[in-house]
Amino acid sequence: MTYEILLAGFGGQGVLFAGKLLAYCALFENKEISWLPSYGPEMRGGKCNCSVCISDEPIGSPKVMEPDLLIALNGPSFDAFVPTVKKGGKVFADSSLIDAPCTRDDIDYFMVPATQLADDNDLLKGSNIILLGKLLGETGLFSMDTVRKALEKNTPAKRAHTIDNNMRALGIGAAYECK
Amino acid sequence: MEKVLMKGNEALAEAAIRAGCKCFFGYPITPQTELSEYLSKQMPKRGGVFLQAESEVAAINMVLGGAATGTRVMTSSSSPGISLKSEGISYIAGSDVPCLIVNVERGGPGLGSIQPSQQDYWQATKGLGHGDFRLIILAPNSVQEVVNLVVRAFDLGEKYRMPVMLLSDGLLGQMMEPVEFPEISDKQADKSSWAATGTKMEREHHIVNSLYIEANDLEEQVVKRYEKYAKIEETESDAELYLCDDAEIVVTAFGATSRIVKSAVNKARAEGIKVGMFRPITLWPFPKKQLLDATKNAKNVLSVEMNMGQMVDDVKLALDCKLPVAFFGRTGGVIPTPNEVLAEIKKLNGGVQ
Repeated sequence: MTYEILLAGFGGQGVLFAGKLLAYCALFENKEISWLPSYGPEMRGGKCNCSVCISDEPIGSPKVMEPDLLIALNGPSFDAFVPTVKKGGKVFADSSLIDAPCTRDDIDYFMVPATQLADDNDLLKGSNIILLGKLLGETGLFSMDTVRKALEKNTPAKRAHTIDNNMRALGIGAAYECK
Repeated sequence: MEKVLMKGNEALAEAAIRAGCKCFFGYPITPQTELSEYLSKQMPKRGGVFLQAESEVAAINMVLGGAATGTRVMTSSSSPGISLKSEGISYIAGSDVPCLIVNVERGGPGLGSIQPSQQDYWQATKGLGHGDFRLIILAPNSVQEVVNLVVRAFDLGEKYRMPVMLLSDGLLGQMMEPVEFPEISDKQADKSSWAATGTKMEREHHIVNSLYIEANDLEEQVVKRYEKYAKIEETESDAELYLCDDAEIVVTAFGATSRIVKSAVNKARAEGIKVGMFRPITLWPFPKKQLLDATKNAKNVLSVEMNMGQMVDDVKLALDCKLPVAFFGRTGGVIPTPNEVLAEIKKLNGGVQ
């Protein structure tokens, strides 16, 4: 089984971090992995995306052109990448920031008001993790225990208090029922 | 050994330290930044020197100085920075001292772009500076191979007393993959016959120099060097052959591009097209014999590169006009897609039916 995953949004929304968590989850489960950031003369607020490939086979091209799973954290990413999603693929998008119609009938949309949910639950900048939670809830890719391990690996000691908040955000995302 | 996730640039830096590299001299440039950043943190803690020079020219001459003492020494840069270093690289080659030079390629010419490219193939394999000389050029295509080749680069450099280049690119440098660090022997070649380490008034001076006043002396030196190069061509070339046995089309690609080509080859195989991939791991010496072996059943060859067609020259030379060689490339920092490569494969497949 191979998953090609694309995460996209503005710089500062945690696109690369969410991708890194997926990559570490895959590492802990002994999968083949590649994680590739878009990079350029970019800065906070600029466009940003990240390709994650997870497979039982060695990974060929690390750049995801036709994702099985897309996390879109803003409108421009939604517009740019939804048309590239593989037939039968899944889109997880922040409906608090994206006001675009879901026009393809050959993919599944999971529109989650992630920014709103983050604000309501005192999880500042947690929209990336809430959408990741929804992705994990829908796909069953990794268990919450594995994600916790990935969080622990990627959180510096002085920010250890954020691990519980991120776990809460994952739970909120996973439990959210899309309309 | 535990697998860890690392960027290509960071893994390269860690491998260099483990391989006994004691000095890094460099000057910052994207997209190799993580490499020097990593070494700036780690080298001082692990008994090495990290020095950010005032320019690329200064850095490469510090490399020459370090190498002359027999110390394992390296520098890294990206395309425009390598151009600046080329004078010093020529001096290092002319002085017969080993070192590791890393080029994490970006788009060119000029300041170009900071995205991945392979536009420095010609520079690396044919024109790293003035004069008759070669560098061994190693081109990894995964983060794990970056690690493995760093170790090989230091060993080869010392075995043959010459500079070795590891040719990476922005894609390999920036991507993270699982990697494990092999047990690396700290055994180094015996450099006592040439390294300038101080005579203690007990032996003749060891002079490390690239200047010859007499033309005949220089010619003799260059000819000796070429005898060494011939031996390297004989023994050190290396390549990966992927599904080449029955391949009627062989796609040649090196470095990061070979990852994209492998995906395209797999897609084409799924459609029943007999296609394989030939990937040189050493760009110099170019693995000619291995290419002839890989193409023994081929009717067509396609070279895919992130440039306007550079390695394709060596592919044609190695095949000696025995097979038609097509080219497909994207340039300037644009990465080709597997589907684009697949379309090129199909064009050739249509041609032979």
